[in-house]
Amino acid sequence: MSHPHDHDHDHDHGDHDHGHAPPGDEGASDYALLEQAMRELLIEKGVITADGVRRMIERLDEASPATGARIVARAWTDPAFKKALLDDAGSALSAFGFGPMGKFIALENTPDTHNVIVCTLCSCYPRFVLGFPPDWYKSTAYRSRVVREPRAVLQEFGLNLPDSTQVVVSDSTAEIRYMVVPMRPPGTEAMSEQELAALVHRDALIGTAVVPPPAG
Amino acid sequence: MTTPSKFALGARVRVRTDNPKHHNRTPRFTRGKIGTIARQHGPMPLPEDLGYGRVCGESVPIYRVHFRQADLWPDYTGPDGDIVSADLHEHWLEPAP
Repeated sequence: MSHPHDHDHDHDHGDHDHGHAPPGDEGASDYALLEQAMRELLIEKGVITADGVRRMIERLDEASPATGARIVARAWTDPAFKKALLDDAGSALSAFGFGPMGKFIALENTPDTHNVIVCTLCSCYPRFVLGFPPDWYKSTAYRSRVVREPRAVLQEFGLNLPDSTQVVVSDSTAEIRYMVVPMRPPGTEAMSEQELAALVHRDALIGTAVVPPPAG
Repeated sequence: MTTPSKFALGARVRVRTDNPKHHNRTPRFTRGKIGTIARQHGPMPLPEDLGYGRVCGESVPIYRVHFRQADLWPDYTGPDGDIVSADLHEHWLEPAP
């Protein structure tokens, strides 16, 4: 069964990603069997429906950084949407065609402030808008170091920030998910929303990179 | 039961140094540290309940708390303005001078 919010439990599941084993799959793990038993019981009791579970999995599988990129491109071109997004990202995104999601906050990068997100306790990640997290995001090294020496970590990602830019590391310790709204690069004034979306890549939405000006 | 938020925006708070054996989601590097309330997220269920399947438990206000890097790590070498934020439940916080 899928989670209503994209929360990775911080007890150890090994490396598996809450697999959704089809019925009768050979060699299902204890957790998969537990999930199946619970799901069937909840469906039988009318708490959830099989189609609801299917839709939730479909939503999670469809999400990718391209979704986040579309949100950012809209924010760059539509000041009213940007304001709504920064005020209350969850509500703004409902209007953008996303279904209800947990509490969600968009953090704006400016010349004065650079945001970067992490989950030090496990690997919480805004999956509904960015898809599955990269492996490094789940690594102990990233999770422990980015709160301790963020500038050194960002430098290893190739991002050198001046001392005049404040670094804000947001640790997703609860049910609130974060996404970074990167700065719009110079030289993009004439670009359409679609063209802008194509410039925005995953790491800029996490805050370990910025969106570079268009090539050429 | 839901209680109104106890801490105002900008209030200084200290994270409790409790060391409970049960599940919780208060990062150890914040315990005993002083921060400021940056955002009120409203009441949310407790990980101390959810971790054991108690999904109908009490909802407690949760806050985005900003910690100065220098307050978390005395040997931090970056600029003074750098911060880490964590989202913490009210029962983990106490007023700080």
